[in-house]
Amino acid sequence: MQTELSLGQPDPAAKGPAGGPQKSMTYGEGGLAFLFAMLALGALVVASGAESQAYAFHAYLSALASIVCVFAILNRYVDRPAARPALEIDGKPNYNFGPVKFATIAAMVWGIAGFLVGVIIAFQLAFPVLNLDLPWTAFGRLRPLHTSAVIFAFGGNVLIATSFYVVQRTCRARLVGDLAPWFVVLGYNFFIVIAGTGYLLGITQGKEYAEPEWYADLWLTIVWVTYFCVFIGTIWRRKEPHIYVANWFYLAFIVTIAVLHLGNNATVPVSVFSPKSYIVWSGVQDAMVQWWYGHNAVGFFLTAGFLAIMYYFIPKRADRPVYSYRLSIIHFWALIFLYIWAGPHHLHYTALPDWAQTLGMTFSIMLWMPSWGGMINGLMTLSGAWDKLRTDPVLRLMVVSVAFYGMSTFEGPLMSVKSVNSLSHYTDWTIGHVHSGALGWVAYISFGAIYCLVPWLWNKRELYSLKLVNWHFWISTIGIVFYISAMWVAGILQGLMWRAYTSLGFLEYSFIETVEAMHPFYVIRALGGVLFLVGALLMAFNIYMTIREPEAASAATPSLVPAE
Amino acid sequence: MAEAHHNEVDAASGVSTTGHEWDGIRELNNPLPRWWLWTFYACIAWAVAYWVVYPAWPMVSSYTSGVLGWRSRDAVQVQLAGLRAQRAVFAEKLEAASLDQIEQNPELLAFARAQGRAAFGDNCAPCHGAGAGGAKGYPNLNDDDWLWGGSLEQIHATITHGARSTDDAGHQGNMPAFGTDGILQRPDILAAADYVRSLSGLPPAPDAQIAKGKEVFEANCAACHGPEGKGNQELGAPNLTDGIWLYGSSRADIVADITHGRGGIMPAWGGRLDEGTIKALTVYVHTLGGGK
Amino acid sequence: MATVTHKQSLWAKHAFFEKNSIWLVFGILIVIAIGGLVEIVPLFYLKSTIEKVSGVRPWTPLELAGRNIYVREGCYNCHSQMVRPLRDEVERYGHYSLAAESMYDRPFQWGSKRTGPDLARVGGKYSDEWQRQHLANPRSVVPGSIMPGYPFLAETPLDADHIAEDLKVNALLGVPYSEEMIADAQADLRTQATQDADATALQARYPGAQARDFDGNRTTITEADALIAYLQALGTMVDFKLYEDKANVR
Ligand code: HEC
Ligand code: HEC
Ligand code: HEC
Ligand code: HEM
Ligand code: HEM
Ligand SMILES: [Ca+2]
Ligand SMILES: [Ca+2]
Ligand SMILES: [Cu+2]
Repeated sequence: MQTELSLGQPDPAAKGPAGGPQKSMTYGEGGLAFLFAMLALGALVVASGAESQAYAFHAYLSALASIVCVFAILNRYVDRPAARPALEIDGKPNYNFGPVKFATIAAMVWGIAGFLVGVIIAFQLAFPVLNLDLPWTAFGRLRPLHTSAVIFAFGGNVLIATSFYVVQRTCRARLVGDLAPWFVVLGYNFFIVIAGTGYLLGITQGKEYAEPEWYADLWLTIVWVTYFCVFIGTIWRRKEPHIYVANWFYLAFIVTIAVLHLGNNATVPVSVFSPKSYIVWSGVQDAMVQWWYGHNAVGFFLTAGFLAIMYYFIPKRADRPVYSYRLSIIHFWALIFLYIWAGPHHLHYTALPDWAQTLGMTFSIMLWMPSWGGMINGLMTLSGAWDKLRTDPVLRLMVVSVAFYGMSTFEGPLMSVKSVNSLSHYTDWTIGHVHSGALGWVAYISFGAIYCLVPWLWNKRELYSLKLVNWHFWISTIGIVFYISAMWVAGILQGLMWRAYTSLGFLEYSFIETVEAMHPFYVIRALGGVLFLVGALLMAFNIYMTIREPEAASAATPSLVPAE
Repeated sequence: MAEAHHNEVDAASGVSTTGHEWDGIRELNNPLPRWWLWTFYACIAWAVAYWVVYPAWPMVSSYTSGVLGWRSRDAVQVQLAGLRAQRAVFAEKLEAASLDQIEQNPELLAFARAQGRAAFGDNCAPCHGAGAGGAKGYPNLNDDDWLWGGSLEQIHATITHGARSTDDAGHQGNMPAFGTDGILQRPDILAAADYVRSLSGLPPAPDAQIAKGKEVFEANCAACHGPEGKGNQELGAPNLTDGIWLYGSSRADIVADITHGRGGIMPAWGGRLDEGTIKALTVYVHTLGGGK
Repeated sequence: MATVTHKQSLWAKHAFFEKNSIWLVFGILIVIAIGGLVEIVPLFYLKSTIEKVSGVRPWTPLELAGRNIYVREGCYNCHSQMVRPLRDEVERYGHYSLAAESMYDRPFQWGSKRTGPDLARVGGKYSDEWQRQHLANPRSVVPGSIMPGYPFLAETPLDADHIAEDLKVNALLGVPYSEEMIADAQADLRTQATQDADATALQARYPGAQARDFDGNRTTITEADALIAYLQALGTMVDFKLYEDKANVR
């Protein structure tokens, strides 16, 4: 059995070279063009009755984008050859890398934007005049812009790019769908634009990491379902009997994020003409649903998805087999089963009932080893190839990333212990933990993957400069160290100051004194952020120069011969 | 089913692979690391033990409450009781003692000031400033100038009930808005302002009409601020002769005072802070330097 | 490597998921469903989840509008609204927060970071005047503050044309807004933001609601009016002098 189902196989008649096939619109083209035309119409109706300017802006933007899409689709239909792209050429898969390239570049661009906003808000906390007294520059609106830009825009594009790449190569099959992969990539990025501009204009749901309002959520649902279909469809097309472990993780990520997204965004809009909606959950139940979502956005977006990246790019780059298949199995199932339970560790000592907090804490502890299973499999894959770390800064980025993953998944369970959390919660310790995971793990593995991908995708021999990668590595590592060590000190200091008592038994510090004590650490953090940003700019330059280089004579794809 | 074909062995590690390959990637068939597995088991065992001891599993109408019967809301009562016990010796004396007696007893005074300082930082400093130095609209509590009186009892009453607060027992005096309510015309207000400035010897503006201002003052203001402008603590009317200004001394500030009437609000703390804390705050404020 | 045949065959069974993507997806779905269901569903049926207390009422239309501004400006990024049952928090902020106090909150705003102090009980702590100075320019009253200034709030008229719709949707979702409250939402909003207005009807509908001009500008109902009305209501609904801790230990 090779493929379970043949999906979207081009019509054999259309391939007929001789008579010149009849050109006809695919369902994708016709359907999408129609859909976008309707969407444009609907958006214009909404725009005409929109209750706020910001919402009208979004409606016009949607109408414009839809119209552009209709034209682009028609244009493509006119320009394209009658035959649809072949699934294979000379017995080798005819991979579809266009959307992958787009998402890779988008990731780089959003990454820099997200880090830049991170640097700005970091400076705002040190020097509040930088809030500028304007609505769209105040910290409260920029912070969600930062978190969404780095997690969903940067991280999301990395995930889409790598998943579309990895699933094709490990299944030896072309992506399913004609326009669908493009729809996923462009639709997702349009979602990002709506979400981000929304925050600046004051459109937000007020739930962390789920700030986009109902209409953006609806759109994302459509995009995500398509993403799932393309991904699973490609798996069905696979030429390998088994599904590779990276794809298990990608699947878990895609499926679970869909479930979480629907659960945490179950809202009722005030009207179609209003951007505002109210969530069906309230109070303590809303809190639980929110952190069921929030924690598992970490677990499945920032962890499972990036573990999938690790499972492909590290063995590939190191040219070594994955350390342990059995560990893969156990840690995969244990990880996804246990992660879901850990949400209440964000609600320790709140009005959430004690029993739920206990579950959150104990499952977080049990989550420690399954998390480290991923780290072990990543690091031990290097056994027999440790020497490559000296010569290959890309591999070094990825290995350090796995080490950071191990560190933050040790710290996480530690912070889940209620007595520790009573100190760390609400403080910058959490921020330090977040960024050891976010900068050290998520961003580094992404950088590694992009450094690998770009020459492969654009058919270049190697990166423009490995030396620059080395610089990137060191500058940003120093940046991370600045950032997280400052936040650990700040967080623990603040936590201790809040609960400090004088010998007579009275609170020692007023709140504002604890705010003032944070200042030096906020400055150090901001400088760390600058270093991290500088590193990313070096990377962007390196990527740009790589793409501009002349094409390699033969495919650059890893020294390893692809399994064709 | 395991594929029947022969699984090749990885040369570098000597471990066999699973026999599959994806885009050149293979998997070794290494067993689970023992230390990893045992640590995993240990974590699970610890979790199970924790469930036995603490509230953990939801059931149909309740939840397993754990053999210790621990509840976070009981625990905090225990913590607070511990705190009360730690302070008890002094706290009880503080409660029993009059405000005067507290100030006479150095130990009690130190205790009260420590308690007052702690409460001041989070509750009062946002208005009166970290050093109680005040700000425009928020009186300085270090000096000897009091709107509502600087005796211990008066300060205690002000803190408990506030001024123009939601507490009806609080100070209620309000300066009329002579301008916005149309009681006085603009020229009269200007003149009154000039006169008020002159009371504390501020240099007169070139067009100052002090004599006219004096007339206006006597007709409209003396009722509260007194014929000489020395103020009246019954009404919270400030002394206008001492060169200490709550809302500023510029002509514009004073014109604004008279035009709009101000009416700064000091919240009532009786409902928010307990009596011991208010006593301590009273003593703390009283001993800041300006106590009468 | 010791190879126990029995064990090996067990590992080999996993091939089922590796070869059947549909089962892999189902497996994932089942495995991730369990934890969420066990933790979330009981919160809806266990009586102990939300304490029985009197005093908690839905937000008035003006407070709700203010709350939406609070959400819009992202105050939750710096402020928690959740006093934990820990002694320093109870001492600093007052009684620990009850689940009942946020039972009408959509979305909840407990927060996860305290860059600024907890606001669960800030209602009545400061004067309106202080709140508006502080919002317009925090450093004018608290020199060491790092909070952004929001001077535009007092300059922006409140857009409340559709506030009745907001109440209606909340009612649909289970917040006890009566027909009457929805019908009078507009009027209630105006009454509450007007100095010396007759607020008896408003207060009958929303016990304890405070009605006055909140932003120092009697001619206009601004966003600052709404936000300050919300802030002044935070944490004021339950009378903790009457509240029985023992009865609600949970
Ligand atoms: C919302 C701001 C605010 C807060 C918070 C506040 N005060 Fe006041 N306080 C005022 C204002 C305004 C006045 C002046 C009232 C007036 O103008 O009549 C005042 C007056 C006083 C006075 C009387 C001064 C005099 O000259 O008679 C005392 C004493 C005082 N406050 C103590 C405190 C203490 C102690 C606290 C904390 C528990 C506190 N205040 C918190 C605003 C505040
Ligand atoms: C009904 C009593 C009353 C009357 C009449 C009255 N005042 Fe006042 N005045 C007050 C009170 C009370 C305050 C303090 C207001 C506050 O703290 O908010 C005050 C404050 C002031 C201040 C500000 C002092 C400072 O330290 O900044 C000035 C100046 C002043 N009054 C001048 C006048 C003048 C001039 C008139 C007559 C035109 C007048 N007052 C009439 C009660 C009165
Ligand atoms: C950058 C973080 C930040 C943001 C965003 C922020 N604040 Fe603050 N806030 C602070 C800090 C720090 C303090 C403590 C210092 C002070 O009183 O200004 C504070 C204090 C306060 C206080 C006084 C609380 C007390 O008990 O002393 C209130 C009320 C408040 N903020 C309301 C708001 C509202 C409403 C918003 C949104 C419109 C907001 N804050 C946004 C940081 C922030
Ligand atoms: C240049 C690099 C970065 C800088 C300077 C930076 C800075 C910041 C700052 C200042 C905050 C707010 C902290 C607070 O409220 O006290 C923040 C929050 C956050 N950042 Fe970053 N950041 C950077 C990169 C990233 C990356 C790459 C990610 C994720 C992939 C990330 C994810 C987050 C998250 C999730 C939060 C919210 C944390 C929480 O709510 O607990 N950041 N960041
Ligand atoms: C075993 C794994 C992990 C556990 C048990 C864990 C646990 C925790 C805990 C206890 C908190 C603090 C909650 C609070 O007090 O508010 C937290 C916050 C956070 N963690 Fe982790 N963590 C883990 C791994 C990671 C990883 C790998 C990342 C990747 C980036 C990450 C990202 C975050 C983020 C973004 C937050 C902030 C959430 C917020 O906005 O408050 N965590 N985590
Ligand atoms: Ca957070
Ligand atoms: Ca107003
Ligand atoms: Cu978590």
